[in-house]
Amino acid sequence: MKHNIEKIRRALYGPTLINYIVVAVIFIILFTLVSTGAVNRYISNLMILVLVMIIMSTSLNVATGFLGQLHLGHAAFMGIGAYTASLIAIGLEDAIANGFVLFLVSTAGAIVTAGVAGLIIGAPALRLRGDYLGIMTLGFGEMVKTIITNLKGLTNGAQGLYGIPRIMTFPIAFWTTVVVVTLIFLFMNSRHGRAILSIREDEIASESVGINITRYKLTGFVVASMFAGVGGSIFAFSIGFIAPTTFNFLKSVEIFVIVVLGGMGSLSGSIVASIVLVAMPELLRDFSQYRYLLYSTLLIIIMLFRPQGLMGTKEFNIPRLFKRIFGVYKEPSSKGSDS
Amino acid sequence: MELFINQLINGLNTGSIYALVAIGYTMVYGIIRLINFAHGEIMMFGSYFAFIFAYMMPFELPFVAIIVIAMVFAALMGMLIERIAYKKLRTAPRISALITAIGMSLFLQNLAQLIFGATPKVMHPLVSTEPVVILGYNISLLTLLTIGLSIFFMVVLTLFVRKTKPGKAMRAVSQDKEAAILMGINVNKIISLTFAIGSALGALGGIFYAMAYSNVEPTLGVMPGLKAFIAAVFGGIGNITGAMIGGYLIGIIETMVKAYISSKWVDAIVFGLLIVILLFKPSGLLGKNVKEKV
Repeated sequence: MKHNIEKIRRALYGPTLINYIVVAVIFIILFTLVSTGAVNRYISNLMILVLVMIIMSTSLNVATGFLGQLHLGHAAFMGIGAYTASLIAIGLEDAIANGFVLFLVSTAGAIVTAGVAGLIIGAPALRLRGDYLGIMTLGFGEMVKTIITNLKGLTNGAQGLYGIPRIMTFPIAFWTTVVVVTLIFLFMNSRHGRAILSIREDEIASESVGINITRYKLTGFVVASMFAGVGGSIFAFSIGFIAPTTFNFLKSVEIFVIVVLGGMGSLSGSIVASIVLVAMPELLRDFSQYRYLLYSTLLIIIMLFRPQGLMGTKEFNIPRLFKRIFGVYKEPSSKGSDS
Repeated sequence: MELFINQLINGLNTGSIYALVAIGYTMVYGIIRLINFAHGEIMMFGSYFAFIFAYMMPFELPFVAIIVIAMVFAALMGMLIERIAYKKLRTAPRISALITAIGMSLFLQNLAQLIFGATPKVMHPLVSTEPVVILGYNISLLTLLTIGLSIFFMVVLTLFVRKTKPGKAMRAVSQDKEAAILMGINVNKIISLTFAIGSALGALGGIFYAMAYSNVEPTLGVMPGLKAFIAAVFGGIGNITGAMIGGYLIGIIETMVKAYISSKWVDAIVFGLLIVILLFKPSGLLGKNVKEKV
């Protein structure tokens, strides 16, 4: 246990301290822009949408990129999270005045329901391989949509759920995203993360070195679902309105495209791809009708010419970037070979 | 009882469409082990082709000619898609090919939206819907034609695959591609042929589907495509007879659920059925269980 804590501490405080400084600087810049009104409300909402997509794509990356399972129903878990969080928040709105506390409570609920849904669908589904799993998650997504539409008393059916308190502010969304991405990063670099990676590389080989495949597949899947719940919660609180069709197959595909584009197995790739693919079509309004045409063309072209995605499995490393730019110090092991 | 018989006929009607589309899924899967997600979109384009040749041509064509032309165009389209998107990925990991297929499906949907617009176009049935009285039951001519033509094409396909040389080659390729190459079979040609036949039958299904609901729209292929896929899995993917049986079963189950249980929950129930099948018998009704080798 102590050993683990030490490892986590090293991962958090080691040379990556500079990462935190960079994140803080980005936050200060963006927050100043938002709070001084230098960017309008539309742009600041767009920034929150980008953050939601970052959560969604990094969490899907756990299931698809690291675990190597074709998961085509991620938006369904987002929907489950969004509906849970909204219903809790609507119920507790009068009891809890503080928006942040309300957000925490309802997000906790969203994590639980999305995680349980992931467990229920994952336990049987992960026995299947590749394409069958994809179809099953797809079918599950459609089922969730139908169920949400038909539970009229609870979810207001196809008309969608109105009157969700819009308690989302930029700082809450930003720091939640930072926490989620950090947790996923730590998870993937832990023992469990390595086990998950080994399953992607070779199931049979990893089973023969004693990795419980079913357990780790399920762990990866449930972790992905739980964070999808967080994404759904932020989404619901920033838009204030959700409908079953928001979380359809196209949404799942959109998240999937981002993961593939950024590189399956690269968290930073997912982040960059989320920023580019969400912000770009929104900013180029005239272009937005070609959005899905662009997505699909990108998917095909990437698969044909660069199947590993833009970043492959590499991570974007700020400390190394600093070293490259400023030449602060050379890595001691860089004899002859490029790091 | 009368309601039941009527629903059974409706089920056979829907089932014929699913069976036609499911054949395309299963043939392609059998030969290159790929779930061709774009198949539903080929179905949709097939119905658009029929729409164009039925309503947008200066001259009037007979019904059979429209069907044949649409099927030929869809077949060409299927072959083209295979050449452009799938051929290069035959040796790639399966997940890459699948992602490409999903991309192709989205691409075709949006292409159709760009060309024809997102609003559904009204497609009147090209044959009369006058009811014909058979054994005291009123059946529309369209329904009869759907069921009859579907069965006709399925019989032709079965004979083709069982008796002719290209059919034999097709079965050989799906059993063992390398051995088929050694026997002098042109695998590329056979794969193209498979895509052509599958797409043509899918287009036929699409035309009947569009006429049954009297409209064509870019998302027409999504739901029936998924259901047909479920049918293919149900019957044992890779097995042509299985796809036909699965198609009819799913069609009948769907209509019966709609009639006797609830029309709102029908999609959830059909997808739930898929999940149950995958869990208890992933190889389907007629599929073979393939053991994995280390």
